[in-house]
Amino acid sequence: MANGLNRPVLWTTAIVLSAASRAEARSPDITAGWHELWREVIWDISIIGALFAAITLYLLVRYRRSRAQKNGTGNPLTPLAAIGWVLIPVFVFLADDIFLAAKNYDLWNQYRAVPENAYVVDVEAGMWSWDFRHPDGFIETNELRVAVGRPVHIRLTSRDVVHSFFIPDYKVKWDAVPGKTNYLWFNPVEPGEHVVTCTEFCGTLHSSMFGKVIVMPQAEFDTWLEAKRREKI
Amino acid sequence: MSTRAKRGFRLKEWIFTTDHKRVAVLYLAGSFTAFFLAGVMAMLMRTELSSIGPTITDNPATYNTWLYFHGAAMILGYLIPALTGFFANYYVPLMIGAKDVAFPRVNALSFWLYFAGIVLALLTFVVPDPPDIMWTGYPPYSIFSPGNTALYSFTVLLMGFSSIAGGINLLTTVIRMRAPGMTWNKLNIFVWCTMGAFVLQLLFVPFIGVAVIMLLLDKYLGMNFFNAAAGGSAVIYENIFWFYSHPAVYVILLPAIGLIYEITATFARNRVFNYKGTVYGGIWGVVALSGVVWGHHLYVSAMPAWLTPIITFTTLLISVPVGLLVIGLLGTLYRGSIEFKTPMLYASGFFFLFLIGGLTGIPNALSAIYSHIHGTYWIPGHFHYVMAISATTAVIGGVYYVFPKLTGKQYNETLGKLGFVLFFIGANITFGLTMYMGAAYGMPRRYYDYAQFPEVERLQYITTLGSYIILLAAIVIAVSWLHALIAGKKSEENPWGSRSLEWTHSVSPPPPGNFPEEVRLADDWDPYDYTK
Repeated sequence: MANGLNRPVLWTTAIVLSAASRAEARSPDITAGWHELWREVIWDISIIGALFAAITLYLLVRYRRSRAQKNGTGNPLTPLAAIGWVLIPVFVFLADDIFLAAKNYDLWNQYRAVPENAYVVDVEAGMWSWDFRHPDGFIETNELRVAVGRPVHIRLTSRDVVHSFFIPDYKVKWDAVPGKTNYLWFNPVEPGEHVVTCTEFCGTLHSSMFGKVIVMPQAEFDTWLEAKRREKI
Repeated sequence: MSTRAKRGFRLKEWIFTTDHKRVAVLYLAGSFTAFFLAGVMAMLMRTELSSIGPTITDNPATYNTWLYFHGAAMILGYLIPALTGFFANYYVPLMIGAKDVAFPRVNALSFWLYFAGIVLALLTFVVPDPPDIMWTGYPPYSIFSPGNTALYSFTVLLMGFSSIAGGINLLTTVIRMRAPGMTWNKLNIFVWCTMGAFVLQLLFVPFIGVAVIMLLLDKYLGMNFFNAAAGGSAVIYENIFWFYSHPAVYVILLPAIGLIYEITATFARNRVFNYKGTVYGGIWGVVALSGVVWGHHLYVSAMPAWLTPIITFTTLLISVPVGLLVIGLLGTLYRGSIEFKTPMLYASGFFFLFLIGGLTGIPNALSAIYSHIHGTYWIPGHFHYVMAISATTAVIGGVYYVFPKLTGKQYNETLGKLGFVLFFIGANITFGLTMYMGAAYGMPRRYYDYAQFPEVERLQYITTLGSYIILLAAIVIAVSWLHALIAGKKSEENPWGSRSLEWTHSVSPPPPGNFPEEVRLADDWDPYDYTK
C-alpha cells in the first residue's frame, strides 16, 4: 500500500528534478534577469522617492509661515530620541542596501559565469572599429554573425587604447583594455540585429566606433559558416 | 560703519588682499567665470546634439575639446572653488567669530594658485593642440592623444595645491580660532560640512596629483606606468583617479548641503533637527565612507571578481549617512515657520533635485545593473542631478542668501523667483531626459554623433530645448544680481532675521576684522535658537 502511494510521488519528484536540471543546463537569460532587477530597483527607489517627496511637500505646505506664528517651535531631541533618529534610519537604509546587494549578487554571478557550450569569439578593439575572430579563424570587422539559441562568449582585448564593448539590447558591457583579456557573454535567444558600440572615450571618432551583432537561425548560420570556411580554403 | 563704502575700487587692493572676504569674492569671480565658459561649452554641445549628423561643427575633435573643457572647468574651476573657495572662505571666520583665517597670506596664495589654474585651463582655446582627453584623462588615450595632456595635468596640479593650502588654512582656523564660548557642538552645520570637505581634500588630492604626474612622465619622458606593452597597466590610473574623484563628489556635496541647512534653518526659523546625528552620523559618516566608494566606477573595467560584491555593498553603504543628512534637513522643516523667499525656494528645489540625484545613484552601485548603464547617458544624467543642479541650486540659493551680507544691498524677489522657476523646469527636462535616454536606449555619453541610435533624435532635440531654458534661467539670475548690485535697495542689517553669528554680530558688509569687538558667546547661545 505504502509502495503504491509512493510510486507516483517518486515519479513526480523525478520529473520535477529532471525538468529542473534541464533548466539548469540551459543557460540563464541574463538580459531578462537584468530587466527584472532593474524593475525591482526602480520600484525600490520610486517608493522611497515618492515617500520622501510626499513628506517634504507636506512639511513645506503644513509649516509655511503664518501670521499667527513667526518662529519655529522645534524642540531639542532627548538623547534617546536623537539616537533613535540615527539608528532607525540606519537600520532601514542598511536593510534595503543588503536586500539590493543580495539581489545583485545572484545576477552578477550569472553575468560572470560563461555557459560551457558557448560559441567563443575573440574581439579586438582598435581606434575605431571592432574585429571579431570566429573559432574557425576568419575575421569579420564591425559585424558579428552568431547562431540563435547558443550563448556567445566574447574574449575581449584592445590593440591601442581603452574601449568598451556594449550591446545595449543585451544589457552587457565590458572594457577592452590593452594587454588584458577580459570577457563577457550574452544569450541571443531570438534572431535579429543589435547595435554594438563603444562606451569608453577613445578619441576623435569614438562615436563612430560601432557595428552590429547579427543573430541568424541555426541553418542559415551554418550555411554562412560553411561558405566562409570554403572562402578561407 | 564699514570702511569699505568710503573708498572706491582699487585694483591693487584686490590683487594684494589677504582679507578672507575679499579672497572669497575673488574666488566667486573666478568660479563664475569658469561656470560661464563651461556653460557656453554645454550650450554648444547640446546644440550640436540636437540632430544626427553635423549640426554646428563637422569636426568631432572640436566637440571633444568642448566636452573636455566643460567637465574640467565645471568641477575644478567652478564647483569646488565656489563651495570650498568662496563660501567656505567667506563664512567660516564669520560663523566662528574669528577676525580672519589662520594664515591670511596662505589664503591669498591658494587663490592665486587657483587663478593660475584657470589661466592654464583657458589656454585650451589658445594652443594649437587643445586637450581632448575628457576631465578623466584616461590613459593610454591621454598618452597617445595629439592633444596637450600637459595642460590638463598642470591645471589639476595647480587646483590641487590650491585645495591643500586652503584645507590646512580653514581647518586650522576652525580648530584654533573659534570665539570664546563657541564650542564644537555650537558650530554651524556649514562649518562642519566645510571641515568634512577639507579633510577629504587633504586625504585624497595627493592621489589625483600622483595620477596626473604619472601621465606626464609617461607622455613626455617615455616612462611606462600605463603602457601594457612594457608591463604597465592603464587600470592603475583608473583606480587612482577615482580614488580621488569619487570623494571629490562629497567635497562638493557636503558644503552644498551645508548651505541648504543654513538657508533652511533661517527661513524655517527653526533649530536644526538632530544636530549631533546630522554632524557625527551624517557629515562624518560621509567622510568616513567616501574612501570605499570609488570601485563602482570600475565594475566593468578592472575590478577583480572577488572584490566586486564587496564594493557593491560598500558603495550602497554611502546611502546611510546621506540618508541621515536628508532626514536632518526634513526634520528642520518640522514645526518650522517657513518663509518662501528666493533662497528658500532654491533650498526647496534642492530637496527634490537631490532626492532624484541621490536615489538614482543606487542603481549605479549594483554591478549587474552597471553592465548596462556604465558609460551611458544615465551616468551624466544622474551626476548632473547631484553635482551640477543640486550643488548649483545650493550655490545660487547661497549667493541670494549671502547677497545682503556681501553687498549691503537687496535683490529683487520677483526676478529671483522667476530665475528659480525657469532653472527648476529646464534642469528637470534636460537631465531627466538625459537619464532616460541612457537607461531606455543605452545612448552612450561623450558622443559627438549618434547615427547608431536614430530612435533618440527627438529626445535629444527636446533635451536641447530644456538646456535653453536653463540658459534663460542663467540670464535672469545674472540680470537679477547685476540689477541688485547697481540699483538694489539698501538692505537691512539682518534681513532674514537669522540667529547665526555672521548676521547678528557683524554689520553688512563686514569690515576688515569682521567684528567691532571680540566676540564672546553666552553659555546658552546657539546659532539655531529661535525660541528667545
